[in-house]
Parts: sequence; C-alpha cells; structure tokens
Amino acid sequence: MAERSFKAEVADLRKGAGETFTGEGILAITKALLENGVGYVGGYQGAPISHLMDVLADAQDLLAELGVRFEANANEAAAAAMLAASVHYPIRGAVTFKGPVGVNVASDALANLSSSGVTGGALVILGEDYGEGSSIMQERSHAFAMKSQFWLLDPRPNLPSIVKAVGDGFALSEASNSPVMMMMRIRSCHVTGQFACRDNRKPTLSVRDALSNPRSDFARVVLPPMSYVHEQDKIKNRWPAAEKFILDNQLNEMFGTGGRIGIVCQGGMYNGVIRSLQRLGLADIYGETMVPIYCLNVTYPLISSEFLKFCEGKSDVLVVEEGQPDFIETALAAMLYRTGSTVKLHGKGAFPMAGEYTGTVMLDGVTAFLRAAAPDMLPALVRAPNQDRPAIPDLTKTVPIRPPGFCTGCPERPIFAAMKLVEKDLGKHQIAADIGCHLFGALPPFEIGGATMGFGLGPAANGAFDGGGERRPIAILGDGGFWHNGLSSSITNMVFNKSDGVVMVVDNYYSAATGGQDVMSSRADNPTKATQHSIADAVRGVGVKWVRQIDHTYDVGKMRAVLTEALTTNEPGPKVIIASSECMLNKQRREKPQRTAAIKAGRRIEAPRFGVDEAICTGDHACIRLSGCPSLSLKRLDDPLRDDPVAAIDQTCVGCGNCGEVADAAILCPSFYRADVVHNPGRFEAWWAARRTGVIGWLQARRAARRIELQA
Amino acid sequence: MTAQGTIAPAPQILKLALLAVGGQGGGVLTGWIEAMARANGYVAQATSVAGVAQRTGATLYYLEMCPAGPRLPVFSLMPAAGDVDVMIAAEMMEAGRSIIRGFVTPDRTTLIASTHRALSVSEKMVPGDGIADSDEVMAAAEVAARRFIAADFEAVAAGAGSVISATLFGALAASGTLPFPREAYEAAIRSGGKGVEASLRAFAAGYQAALEGTVDGSASPPKPVSRAPRVPGRLAADWAALCARVERLPAEVTAMARSGLAKVVDFQDVAYGRTYLDRIEALLALDHTPFDFTREAAKYVANAMAYDDVIRVADLKTRSARYDRIRIEMGVAPGTVLHLTEFMHPRAEEIAGLLPARLGARVQASPVWMARLDRWFNRGRRLRSDSLTAFAMLYALGSLRRLRRGTLRHAQEVAHLDRWLDAARATLAQDRALAIEVIRTRRLIKGYSDTHARGQSKFDRVMEGIDLLKGRDDAADWARRLREAALQDEAGQALNGAMATVRTFV
Repeated sequence: MAERSFKAEVADLRKGAGETFTGEGILAITKALLENGVGYVGGYQGAPISHLMDVLADAQDLLAELGVRFEANANEAAAAAMLAASVHYPIRGAVTFKGPVGVNVASDALANLSSSGVTGGALVILGEDYGEGSSIMQERSHAFAMKSQFWLLDPRPNLPSIVKAVGDGFALSEASNSPVMMMMRIRSCHVTGQFACRDNRKPTLSVRDALSNPRSDFARVVLPPMSYVHEQDKIKNRWPAAEKFILDNQLNEMFGTGGRIGIVCQGGMYNGVIRSLQRLGLADIYGETMVPIYCLNVTYPLISSEFLKFCEGKSDVLVVEEGQPDFIETALAAMLYRTGSTVKLHGKGAFPMAGEYTGTVMLDGVTAFLRAAAPDMLPALVRAPNQDRPAIPDLTKTVPIRPPGFCTGCPERPIFAAMKLVEKDLGKHQIAADIGCHLFGALPPFEIGGATMGFGLGPAANGAFDGGGERRPIAILGDGGFWHNGLSSSITNMVFNKSDGVVMVVDNYYSAATGGQDVMSSRADNPTKATQHSIADAVRGVGVKWVRQIDHTYDVGKMRAVLTEALTTNEPGPKVIIASSECMLNKQRREKPQRTAAIKAGRRIEAPRFGVDEAICTGDHACIRLSGCPSLSLKRLDDPLRDDPVAAIDQTCVGCGNCGEVADAAILCPSFYRADVVHNPGRFEAWWAARRTGVIGWLQARRAARRIELQA
Repeated sequence: MTAQGTIAPAPQILKLALLAVGGQGGGVLTGWIEAMARANGYVAQATSVAGVAQRTGATLYYLEMCPAGPRLPVFSLMPAAGDVDVMIAAEMMEAGRSIIRGFVTPDRTTLIASTHRALSVSEKMVPGDGIADSDEVMAAAEVAARRFIAADFEAVAAGAGSVISATLFGALAASGTLPFPREAYEAAIRSGGKGVEASLRAFAAGYQAALEGTVDGSASPPKPVSRAPRVPGRLAADWAALCARVERLPAEVTAMARSGLAKVVDFQDVAYGRTYLDRIEALLALDHTPFDFTREAAKYVANAMAYDDVIRVADLKTRSARYDRIRIEMGVAPGTVLHLTEFMHPRAEEIAGLLPARLGARVQASPVWMARLDRWFNRGRRLRSDSLTAFAMLYALGSLRRLRRGTLRHAQEVAHLDRWLDAARATLAQDRALAIEVIRTRRLIKGYSDTHARGQSKFDRVMEGIDLLKGRDDAADWARRLREAALQDEAGQALNGAMATVRTFV
C-alpha cells in the first residue's frame, strides 16, 4: 500500500461533462487519460510521478469498469515495452516514469517502439526530475526524443493546458504513427488548479478484445531490411505528418503581437517568462504581454515554418530553454542561418547554460536580453536601480545544510551503524551504493558508500573488484532495486563471474523512497498483485550459496557479526546478506491507529520510547554519529559546570531500539534507557508493579536521608 | 496594446512561500491556505517539491492567489528572490535559509518564523557544541523583513496538543497579511476534516502567540543557574560549614564554586566537598583579580572529581528523582505501568577500576586476568531497573560509594588530576592566560570506554601542544584553538591540522 492514499481523490476521476475538477496536476493527467479513451496504463514509480502510479493503483475499480488494464511494471523498460500493444492494435496506451533516469532504463524499448511505429496512440508521461528537489543527476530527456524520433510535449504548467496536452499527445501519436512523450517538471506534477471535465470514455478496442483477435505484421519487426524501411519512414512520412498535425491543430501557441523582439520558450517555461515580464512591467497577471511569445508546447520536432514566421519583422529573439546542452536554440539558430535571416538569436549567454531557471535566473535572463535588444522597454528602476537597500547580514556560514536523511526509527539506520562499526574493526572497504532511501547512508553521520551507478546496479558497480583482494568489496542494494534490475544485472553478474564480494540487500518491505509502493517481496497482501516472494529464495535460485537472512535489522550486534562473517569467511562466491525490517514510516502509518484503538478498547499495549539520562550523558555525541535520528537531538543544560549540550530524545521517538543497540554494540555509554509504558495492565501486573515501586521507593528514601543529593 | 503602450493596472498576485523540514505538515498548511483562498473568491495555485526532500530534508511550498476575475491569471510555480509577500519558516534555521535565498526583503516581506530548532545532523554530530547561532538569524531577520513575527510555534503547538502547521496558520491569520477574516481560517481547518478540535485550539494559540510576538528565550541557550541540593537534617551543619567556606571566596568565584561543591558532594560525600574546597583555596592563593583562573578551576576541578565511574552511573540510575522525571517525560498516567530498561556494557577496565587500588593495578597489568574479566563481564546487559533484582543490583553497586576512595579508578583519577593541576600551577607564574587554558583543556575528557580513551588522548595532545607553545605571546590563543579543534570531529583531524600548524612556528 502506498504511503499516500488517493481513495478520496479517485471519486473526482468519475466526474463528467459540466463538472469542475480541482486538484493536483498528476490527478488531472489521470483524469485526462480516462477522458481520452486510454486502453491500458502502467509505469514505474519515482519522484515526481509516484503519485500518478498511486492514483492508478487506487483507481483500479474505476479502471476495471472502463475496461482499462493497469500494470505496475517491474521497471521502466517493462513499462515502455508494454506500449508494444499499440504497435499493431488501435489501442491508446500510456505509461509513466521519471526522467531522465527512467528513460535511460526504458530507452531500449523506446527505440524499438519508435522504429516499429504505432497504430494506437502511445504516450509516455515523463516526470522530469530536474532542479530543486531532484534526487538524480541533472540531465535532459530531450535527447532521447531526438535520437529515436518520438515527439516531445512540454505543455504550459496549468491544469487546462496539461489536460489538453494528453488528448493532443494521443492524437499526434496516431496521426504520425510515433510514440509521444509528455514532459512534466517537478512542480507542474504537484501544481494545483482547476479544469472543466469531460465524460470518461471506454477504449474503442479493449486489450481483452485484442487478445481475442491477435494481429501481427513482420513489417513492424525491427530486423533488416524492415529496420532500414523504418528509418526512411520516420523521416519521409512520420515526421512530416507530425509537423502537419502540430501546425493544423496549433499545438504551439503565440501570445502578444507586433514588436521588433520576441521570446521563444518551452511550454514549461511560459509561466516563469510571464512572471519576469510582469515584474518588468511588460505583462499583466493574465499574460497580456508587450513582448510577443512563441510558446513551444511541442519541443520536438521544431516547426521551421512556424518559427521563421514568428521571427519575421523582428531584430532579436530570445530562446528560453532550460537545461543543457541547448538543443532547441542550436536547432533554431540553424533554421535562421539556412534562410539567411539576420535575426539575432539570444539564449544561453543571457541565461546560464546549466541549472534550473528559477525566478531570479528568469528575471535576470529576460532583463539581460532586453538590455541588449530593447533597452528602451526596461523600466527606469531597472535601468538605474537605487542602491540604498539595507545590507542583509550573510547567513551562509551560519545556516547548516539540511539534506534528506533516514526517518525517525528507520530500520536502515542500524544497518549503517553496524557497517560503520565493522569498518572500525576491519578498516575501510570499497563500498558501492545503490538508489533508494539507503543512499542516505552515504551522507553524514555514516558516510558509507562512494558512488552509485544506477538503480539495481550497486553490486554490478563492484564488478571490477569481483576478482577479490585483501578486503572484499561491499555493495548495497535495496529491495526496490533488487526487483527492478538488481537480480538480473547485479546478482547473476556476481554469480557468473565468481565474485568474492558481499551484497547487503536492504529490505524494508516496500519501494520506500518513492512512497511505499508494494514490490515483489512486500509482506502485505495486495488484492491485485502477487507479493511475499522471498529475496533469499531468488538469490539462491540464481546460484548464490552464502545467504544470510536477518529479520530484525535493529539487532546491531547481530548485523555486525553477520557482516563480519561475510567479510571474513573462506566460503567462495558472492556473499548475500538480506537485512529485513519494515519501513518505519509505513509501519507507523499502519500500526498507530491500531494501537490507539487497542488502548481505547482496554487491551494491554506496551508503548516503547527511549530516553537519555542527562546527568550520565557527557555530551560527546558519539551516539549521534552512529544514528542521525531526527528524534535524537541535543539539549543545552542550565548547569554552569557543563560546556557541551547533551543528547536528548524528543516525543517523536518510536522506540525502534537503535539507540540502545548502538550504545551496547559500540560500548558507548549507559545514558540510554527504554521506557515502556504499559497501557491497561492486568490486575496482578498492576498490583505487583505497585509493590515493586513501594520497595524501590523505600530504598531510595533510605539512601536520600543519609546524604546530600542534587535535585535532578 | 503596442510595444510603446503600458499594461493596464490589474489586481496584484499575493505570493506566499513556506519553508519547512520534512514531516512538519507543510502540505497540510498549504492545503488550508489554498482552500481558504478559493472559498473566499480568490483563485489560487499551490506547488511543492515532493520526493525524497520530504524525508527530513528542507522542503519548500509555494502559493499564489488573486481575486477571481473574468480570466485565469498566469501564476508562477516557484518563488523568486525579492518577490515574496509572506514567508513562513517552520524552524529557525529555515528562516535563515529563506533569508539567504532572498525570499525575505525589507520592501514587502512579512516573515513568520518559529524560533525553535530542529537540529541538523551536521550540528548534532560535532563532539563539542556545533549548534548554529539562532541570534544571528534573528538579527538578520530584523533587517531583512518588513515585518518579523517570531515565537516558538512548535512549543505552542505541543501545548495545544497539535502540530506546528496549525499554530503557523494561526500566526498567518494574526499577521493580517491575507485579506481574509479569522473565521475564514477556522472554516478552512474545519473543512479539512482531520483532528479539527486540536487544530483549532493550536490555531488560536498560534494566533495569540503571534499577536504577542513573543520571542522567548528558547532560541538561545538557557541561563545557567546554581541548583541547591537537598540536604537532610543530620548533614545540615556540615553542609552549612562548607557553604560558609564558599561564601568567603572572592565574589567572582562563588557562584561556580557553589555549583562545583554541590556536584562533588552529590558525587561522594561531605568530606569530598572539603577536599574540593581545599584544592580551590590552594589555587586561589596563587591567583589575583579578576580570579578567572580560580573560577575556571572551580568548574573543571569539580568535573574532574565527579568522574564517570560504574558507581556513579548505578547511583544516578537508582535515584527517586530520576524515576519521577521519567514518569513525567514519558507521560505515565495513573493506571499504567512503567517498565525501564537500562543498556549497560561493562568491560574488564570498569571491573578492574572497582577493585582496591593495588589489587586492581595488578589485575589490569595482567592480560590473563583482563581476558578473564572480559569473558565474565564484557557483554551487553539489559537491566530492567523497575524490577527488584536489577534495582537491587544497581542499588548495591551505588552503595560501593563508601569504598570508592580505595578503588583503582579513584587512584587513577586523582593522579591525573594532580598532574593536570601541577601543569596549570607551573604555567600560572609565567602566563596566566595560558594557565587558564590548561584548566579548560579538561573539557576534552568525557564519555565512557573508547570515547573516554579518545578524550584522554586528545587532552594529552593538546597539553603537549601547550608545552610547545609556552613562552609565546599568543600561546593562550593557540591553546584555545587547539582545544576547539579537538572538539570539532571525532577522529581528531582538525586537531591534527592545528597541531601541524603549531609545529610550523614553534
């Protein structure tokens, strides 16, 4: 079950013509898919489109009513491959994943799909994870469209435009027999707004019906000589068909008229451009602009005739294209050059080549362009700014960075604490990290793991060290990564190459970093998916002999012992440790309401929490260097004899046990205690506890009467 | 409209940004604001950056709104520097971050900030005091914001039995920056549907706190106070005599000496208090105004004398005040039962330290015996200190206090203390400032087992550095730098660097 439930929002997906939808961009896309008669949907979760998968999963009843098949694909390659259903059958299909990493994984299938061409509309909803909030390398998915000749939509980031783009995308795909990718940036996935609904439409041909009437045509198979034909078809037929459709249906938009200068922008940049023009007094809040804008809701292919027409009568045109390299600007420049135009093209230069186009970057970029091309349009304040603003003190050295980290009570924390302790015993090791929450282990306080090569590729990234040496290489792999790609690309690679390395599989029962979706080895029962497939069985099945399953990661001592064994045993071949405990975020979400209800119902419940004796804590913070838990923080004392703040545990502690385990395993200090509050104790238990408290109280009073004691 | 024309005046867009730490309910607060705007004739748009940033990282939410008109306005998806009307920071350093990012400007921004701290890992993991300075952020906020509303909205929320999103919503209402009445805010909470009563209570409390603009002291460290110990009748005269001796010390020293005295008497007994005052008076005889050497000695000698041995831990773990405190902190209600588990891990060193000094020294010198002790004792022990057996065991360990002066650990501590004070005395004659730094170096010794050993070694290395520095004008300054370097990281890399620098010029 995913971290966030969309059950309530799913009701909105049933809305019909005449009703208004209010909500998030991701939900609007789902609604648009249904309005456009989609026949099958799928994808692989990942920010910023995780919620799209969650919504689809929660909407399965509705999907079933409409005859729409939903597939939670094993990875992005599987998702893209599923679009094969649209090659021969006139069925609209949509899949979603994040970019560009998801597109990397999917690119084999996407390239084949693009070569074969499609009959039914094939749409990829791409969450481009770029800029602030991104968790991946900063690249563009744009290049994939260029190399495979599929079309790239980049709609203006408001709900009506996004919804329209879904329909346009399907139609464009069908008109040009090419897949279409619709790019959504992080914020546009989560932007809220409203749009007017249309009725949902059943697919004209369902996947079930298609199965009853199978089709095939060897002309669609990517084999010579057809593959050569496909390439010619792309250039001679599909591309011109796409251009014609884009022009005929005016998918790109023009705003404002006249003037000597103009701006060409990606659809996703439009709102930012308008905002900077507003701030310069050149546009109003409704987007009425004094600088004409050519807004590219389709960023590939670019339509030469449309662009050149926009440039007519202009001396200077600015290209607002986020990210690098500047594919669009380069292509537009070539168009101008080929027609011998004298229009001066601005773009990168006024704007930085790399990095997100934030509000400040946008304002500076547009201002720089205007300063160069039409300084008379700039307001006086910009031309000669007043410099009497008060100097704001520089806080950059004061404010600490706050990267994401393990949640309170995370079961992965003790794994990394154990790894840190093992490294203290056996020295530093070559450690390859993977993608997932466990990658936070690379950050302080653990700093475990040097590089990450991609999802499920941690152990594969240690391939060069498979031959062995004085110390064994260690690789980390999450359960999500394991099923995504890890089993085939990493584990079998190790087995086949007789690797001597160690793999730590971090199994938290979910695809946790993306929002707690179920995976193959999830422990929960899922009505529509098969779960509870053992990772240990899977690795044994591909030939790993040395496998250790740990079912309680919080046992730091055991974690340390098993890891030490893996690093020192004489057993040949890969050593795989599977460290399993449930993601605490999901566990709390599941158990907290149950616990509260049980206490109310009068059932006996023990609620654990940890504490620190501040008189015993000496303020060295060694415990924090083996934890980093948000609930384990510091507290300044009012004791003039103490210099350093002491450890303190706040009320958010969930009593996972890591503090006590680490204090014990690392022999840190006796400051920690666990307090279990027993709600609704049995009659005898309560009576006995009272007796014990009585005796203890008597002993305490006896001692206190004979000495001078500080009041703590 | 022409290129030379102007844009007709239109309603302005209100821009709100919210910087929170993952898990603070920033999404809920954003939802309330957005729903309120829509319910009151405004069009609104919210954006957020979800994803892994929400796992305890800094997270930014952003809202724009304007009165509904014939057409939809073009809203921006992210805040821009210098273009934010209301900045809400759900934590003090996030307020600092919003200033750094330029979202708080004197011409227009109302900054609403919670003064509490959620410490980042980089602040917490420092072996010394790595907590960032909230006062700097407060000072900058006063300059940067047009209006600055600050209070500990986290504490206010906890007091009302809710979370900070509700108190910040209250503060936003109180700020009057949005054109909506208080009732509109409350209606938004009600329509949210979850935990409505608690949220409304917290909303009201946040509203009030913002009006009062209470910037309480929670952002800055608590003011040190000397706590008076509890003295039983039969020891009153002895205690009074000791206190009288403290009062005869120079005024600059008394407060510290009073705290120090209480600490060592609490640690051992009245006689130990006498020993403490003997030491302080002996040092005082070598000192003169402003007596800062003696004052620092009063602090660190007390800490050195009240070392962390097994007896002290057992003693502290079995006190009634501790049990009372835990009951309050854990919210132990009547009708519930408290179980307490202690995490102990004794090693051979601790056991040998408990033995009579000469026997203990022989045992410690014998690898065979140490291995044997490790075999017998060295493992993690979970003691249920609410049970009679475990309590009795700890209680008995605590009662070894009477024999403490004869233990090996005591002998070791006294020897170390004497060496340290000798070094300070020897330095005092030539360089008073440096002697004070020698005293302060004692701060490095803390913790148990490996941590304690590491502290000892850092202490030794700083003392070694001080030896090298003797005779230089800037010796005290460098000694301070060495100590601060030693407190920067666990492995002592900063100290290594500082020592290397010292070696280049001595």
